[in-house]
Amino acid sequence: MRTWVRRGGLSTLVFLLPLLVIFGVFSWLPIVRAALMSVQQTNLVTAPEFVGLENFESVLGDPLFWTAVQNTGLFALIALVFGYPLPLVLAVLMSEVRRFRGLFSAIAYLPVVVPPVVAVLMWKFFYDARPDGVFNTILGWVGLGPYQWLQSADTALPSLVLEATWAAAGGTVIIYLAALLGVPAELYDAADVDGASIWRKIWHVTLPQLRGVLLVTLILQIIGTSQVFLEPFLFTGGGPANSTLSVLLLIYNYAFGSSLGGDYGAATALSLMLAVFLAALSAVYFWLTRSWSTS
Amino acid sequence: MRSIRKTATAVSAALVVAGLLAACSSSSDDPAAGGKTAITVVSLKPGSEQAAFDAFENQVRQFEAANPDIDVTSQEYEWTGPTFTAQLAGGTLPTVFTVPFTDGKALIERGQLADLTEHVRGFGYADKFNATVLQSGQSDDGGIFGVPTAAYGVGLHYNRTLFAQAGLDPDKPPATWDEVRTYAKQIAERTGQAGYAQMTEENTGGWMLTSLTYALGGRMQTVNGDKVEATIDNPGAREALTRLRDMRWQDNSMGSNFLYDWGTINQEFAAGRIGMIMGGSDIYESLAQQNNINPADYGLSVLPLAPGASAGLLGGGTLAAVNIKATPEQQAAGAKWIDFYYMAKYLKQDAAELDARTLAESDQPVGLPELPVFDKATLDQYNEWIKPYVNVPLDQMRFFSDGIFDQDLAGEPTARTQEMYAVLDTVVQAVLTDQGADITTLLSTADAEVQAIIDRG
Repeated sequence: MRTWVRRGGLSTLVFLLPLLVIFGVFSWLPIVRAALMSVQQTNLVTAPEFVGLENFESVLGDPLFWTAVQNTGLFALIALVFGYPLPLVLAVLMSEVRRFRGLFSAIAYLPVVVPPVVAVLMWKFFYDARPDGVFNTILGWVGLGPYQWLQSADTALPSLVLEATWAAAGGTVIIYLAALLGVPAELYDAADVDGASIWRKIWHVTLPQLRGVLLVTLILQIIGTSQVFLEPFLFTGGGPANSTLSVLLLIYNYAFGSSLGGDYGAATALSLMLAVFLAALSAVYFWLTRSWSTS
Repeated sequence: MRSIRKTATAVSAALVVAGLLAACSSSSDDPAAGGKTAITVVSLKPGSEQAAFDAFENQVRQFEAANPDIDVTSQEYEWTGPTFTAQLAGGTLPTVFTVPFTDGKALIERGQLADLTEHVRGFGYADKFNATVLQSGQSDDGGIFGVPTAAYGVGLHYNRTLFAQAGLDPDKPPATWDEVRTYAKQIAERTGQAGYAQMTEENTGGWMLTSLTYALGGRMQTVNGDKVEATIDNPGAREALTRLRDMRWQDNSMGSNFLYDWGTINQEFAAGRIGMIMGGSDIYESLAQQNNINPADYGLSVLPLAPGASAGLLGGGTLAAVNIKATPEQQAAGAKWIDFYYMAKYLKQDAAELDARTLAESDQPVGLPELPVFDKATLDQYNEWIKPYVNVPLDQMRFFSDGIFDQDLAGEPTARTQEMYAVLDTVVQAVLTDQGADITTLLSTADAEVQAIIDRG
């Protein structure tokens, strides 16, 4: 004990304490309480009642749960197919440009700086389904549309992905640009000597050098899109006819959808299920890709 | 030396922690600051214009002058399901707040409202209320927990300017649903704006579908003793949705936005982009205070009711209630505020005049058509008192004021109302956004869903 104190153990602990307290009170306590609430029936006003796994059963039995899972999966998939490669392409293009690179990265990053609510309101305006709406007018010039955008169950979800990709791409572009600077120039020189085309250089030098970063951004994107809330909440409220209801929006609706005290048990049960699913997914992902990572 | 420095750092770190904890636990709610009873009351909707807030603060000062032992703090407030739930659960509701009629019973049953029976009796008008209206704020044994402050009926709001532009007579609002359809088509074709639009989001879709269903002779629930049966799949609802579908897909007269809630549809209507909407008869206040409507545009008529005894007009209203967590002194003070701000004007001439004058001086709407919370004679008397201060285009609302008392008023469904409305939102959205939507299937699915919600209790 004495040696521990003399070696600085005590002061380390004292310095650590504020962080532990703050982290404990504001991060871990809510998580533990949520886990506890998932097996309780409570309206946060009267005393909670233990109900075992009933909340989980009621969530799994709710037809909206499967709608939400399906929508969220589709959102993540479309975002992955279209949204994931985009920042990489942009970053590679921008790294090739010698002049105005700073300007380009600032422009690419700008959407990230726009407050999300403002961005959504702006895009709502763009998505006006009238033939003289902004996007419909622009597409009309090349003979396309008018499209229904948010006003149809078929196009609402892809419309949300489009805005979400626009809003998030900038952040990832910056990460890729930073990683690209770390690629040793000799590799490109060597490829030049071998007479490699630009595509072969990207394929054989750039991508393999970025794979560590690419692996992390991929799982971050999957986790991020699985928790999509802002876009469906602000754009469509989950409509039309539940076509954009996401898992997180459903959690929100469970908790706050009824004005008479929500179903906090079901909300926390679904939150817990989502957290466990994402943790398991990440674990499997890192296990599967452990041999590809750079380290 | 080293150990002193170490102790000093350790002590200062400990102080930081102690400070943080103290900051977390400090409490600010002192109910009796300086010997006065402090209460918080809801004021106006966020986004109301400054003059409206000024008028409200003037009324607070008048109240405090009359009750020197009460200290009133006001708080912006707009009742929405999600925010109310959060405030209720988090214990942050003000001392006095308002809820819609539909939530009164359930909040009382759950013991979440303070008992105001004695206070209201003390004010002398407990027995004067319209019995049907008071019911929504009463417990089963007749105790008063919510004071009905305003009652509305759903009306048809229309834009007189768009009517004129479309070649329609603004002084001849539609009297049947067939006319609503032809008028909407004419407005859409001649002005390019939406002829008719309907709310679909945040439970308002269900609320308005229910209104339309009532008007066409249907009902969404039937009560047999203790058992409530969902009757969503009824001929009235089927006709309501069919009419909406025809206006949307055959006539294309409903514009291009089908995701509206109360706030956004009012905004669009006030901006002159919608010809007709259904809405509570009291929305002019918000159209004026929040959306700056041009008074000359505004027209209000009664909702057309289908012929037959079963057609009814959906009505509702607002209850003022006091937080159960307030101290007895605060509850008494809260009840006094309810009497002063919401009720006294209907019964006392000086209170009516003071209220109307204060609002009129700040250019806030005075004299909007209301439904009686007491009896019609009392309301007529009140309207007489405030006549000199009326500053809204009452003449443009006469089709409502003249017709409303001939209509059969029907209360909102009682069991799990807001949850039922949420299910119906989806139905209305599906009909308006999917041309192939099958109304029969939608209604029978919704019926089963709502029945399950009701049975869950």
